Amino acid sequence: MRSVTRVVCFGIFVLLVAAAGSAEEVSREQIKGLDEQVQDIKADVLAISSELMQLEEKLLYPSNTQVSLFVSFAPGEDFRLDAVDVAIDGEVVSHHLYTHKELEALKNGGVQRLYTGNVRAGEHTLELTLIEKAGSSRKASHTFTKEAGPRLVEIVLSAPGLGSNRVQFKDR
Amino acid sequence: MVRRYLALLVVCAGAGAWAATEPAKGNARDLYLGEAFFYAQQGEYFDAISRLDVELSQFYRLDEPNLDPFHIQLGHAEFSVGDFELYYRMHKRAGRAMKAVIEGNVSPGIRNEAAYRLARIYYEKSQPENALHAIERIAGKVPERIRDEERFLRAQIYMVNGRFADAVEILEDMRDMRGFRGFAGYNLGMALFLQGKEKAGIAQLDRAGQVKGDDEPTQAIRDKANLVLGYRLLEAEKPEQARQYLDRVRMVGPFSDKALLGSGWADVALGRFDRALVPWSILVKRNPTDKAVQESMLGVPYSYAQLDLHGRAALMYGEALEAFGKELVRVNASIESVRNGNFLAALVREEVKQDKNWAIKLRELEDTPETWYLTRLMASNDFQSSLRNYQDLEDLRKRLKAWEEYLNAYEQIIELRRRYYEPLLPDLDKRFRALDSRIRLRLEQRQSLADRLHHMLVSPRPDFLATADERIALSDIAAQEELYRNDSSASAEAARRRIARLKGVIHWDIHTNYDQRLTDTYKNLKALDKEVARLQQIYDGYIRTRQAATQSYQGYDAQLTRTRVRVREASTQVATLMARQGRMIEMMAINEFEQRRKRIEQYQVKARFAMAESYDRALKSQQGAREAEQ
Repeated sequence: MRSVTRVVCFGIFVLLVAAAGSAEEVSREQIKGLDEQVQDIKADVLAISSELMQLEEKLLYPSNTQVSLFVSFAPGEDFRLDAVDVAIDGEVVSHHLYTHKELEALKNGGVQRLYTGNVRAGEHTLELTLIEKAGSSRKASHTFTKEAGPRLVEIVLSAPGLGSNRVQFKDR
Repeated sequence: MVRRYLALLVVCAGAGAWAATEPAKGNARDLYLGEAFFYAQQGEYFDAISRLDVELSQFYRLDEPNLDPFHIQLGHAEFSVGDFELYYRMHKRAGRAMKAVIEGNVSPGIRNEAAYRLARIYYEKSQPENALHAIERIAGKVPERIRDEERFLRAQIYMVNGRFADAVEILEDMRDMRGFRGFAGYNLGMALFLQGKEKAGIAQLDRAGQVKGDDEPTQAIRDKANLVLGYRLLEAEKPEQARQYLDRVRMVGPFSDKALLGSGWADVALGRFDRALVPWSILVKRNPTDKAVQESMLGVPYSYAQLDLHGRAALMYGEALEAFGKELVRVNASIESVRNGNFLAALVREEVKQDKNWAIKLRELEDTPETWYLTRLMASNDFQSSLRNYQDLEDLRKRLKAWEEYLNAYEQIIELRRRYYEPLLPDLDKRFRALDSRIRLRLEQRQSLADRLHHMLVSPRPDFLATADERIALSDIAAQEELYRNDSSASAEAARRRIARLKGVIHWDIHTNYDQRLTDTYKNLKALDKEVARLQQIYDGYIRTRQAATQSYQGYDAQLTRTRVRVREASTQVATLMARQGRMIEMMAINEFEQRRKRIEQYQVKARFAMAESYDRALKSQQGAREAEQ
């Protein structure tokens, strides 16, 4: 019984120590108030971001010259892609190294905007080099026509298969 | 805004996007929506929201949005923005979206799902009454995919609102449900305790403490159930039973230190001091910054003293004092380090943000000793939300800084374009105007020809299709006719007959070949149309390029100035909020350290007295032994 009392006393002692407050407490209300202000500034900065993105598109990639390349994985595909090189009319315009997170996002249906740039109206050749596991690579090419509006090209990738390249291009 | 919410309602059922724990996986056919998912799935919610916001605002500016393929996935996009906002901790905006859904004219399934999401927001924001109000708006069928989560959340909300009986009723149904087994069981045990049903609570926690499963969450909830039950029994002065549960807790994991400590105290309460030394001797060798370890530093010598090993006890109290002294120095250094801003700097380190187990990683960083003591604080909801806000503000600060540089670059680009185009354009425009009037004339001529041909289909005019030679010949003939008109000589008569024959031949040709000539003329017009179309294409291309040249440097000044002002205002506001949020985090950390310091100081006092007492007793015991020898 004596021991039990000691334990209880020790517990009380610990509680007393724990209860000893400090000089400057942070209240729930303060945390909540500040959190709401942070949410407001997030909304403001998001609005600025949207405005800047539209300004950037208008200024740097006007629709009469704009071309954008989007990469996605075919549904259900899961393969390791290390990097992608893109050339338009023989000139390398993009080289992208993939992170694990990006590959997961592609696997789950995300679409990556790989490149946005400018080309003249008319026919252009797009060449793609996919660098995969163990440094192996495969190439695919596509011809697209640039007209007055923005040209979007979707590149749908599948795991390499026997006798087929399994890269689909879709002009949008 | 209302339109956005209404659109959101249309969709949710099909999109399946009110997913409880993760943003809906993209099955996105629209490239822009897919792009937003690409960012969201990497946790980059700012980029995801801002990209979708741009798409939605551009879509709503279209004259006929229904013709744009994006309208098919509009609802999904609208919902996704709300969903991403929730993950970006913009609960106010996301909450308003959910409310709009609940109050809108939607099917019960969608309303119930929205009410569930809203209730979750309030529950996580520690607003129990609002959470209860939201969850009680659920009526009728709940979508299957969230049915179990909704019941579990409802039970949790009932608990925080003191409606333990209602919580118990739900949790009893769920305790054996796959995926909820340990969690529902643990909560049920706690609800029973809070309801005053001690015995049933113990039985339930006992059950939750034995739930099967090798995965980390199940093992953790099992440990937690055993730990809570063990301490509860210890408080109820049932140390024998308490020890049984405390011993079930794994030797590793977040609850092991506290379990070892409790196990030792249970033995002490039973007067089994030698057995108490077993768990405490393990514990005392662990991280000295841990509270349980520090307590065991007093517990071990206390047990030795109770075993009449006062000399050993005195030595160990001395070691404890030394350890506490070192810890005090470290705590004081940590407070100083926090005050110097090192803690905040560590919290926004890039490697910390990349890692899910950042709190653990932070403890391993050699140059941030202050973080060693803050595990408990770091695990608290308030600290977590404050920290995430601070990290988000830091991210906003970096973005705004970069944007100011972007704006400078844009201004330079515009200026370069202005310098290039302005001298060129006046001359180009002059040449174009001259060309333009010629083009217009030719187009009018072509139109006139087309009109005449069209008219000839109704009222044939073969004379219109005479060739140039025929027209010249007819003109010559008319002149000859005029010459012989008033001449009554025989030669004139012969000439008139010849003229009439010639005229007849030409008219014969024109009239008999009329159909062929009409067809040929149409073909020629068609060929001309091709050339006209090509001309029109070149013309339009030029107009577009000309417009693009002007638009590439004109009309940006006001927008750039306005955006720059907004960026600067936002930067100032972010800096102010960062300072306040940082100060709040530092205050939380310093409060935690001060509590630590006070506790260690109390331990020191206790250790000093206990050490003195143990020395006295050891001396007395030695004296007693010597006297007995003499």
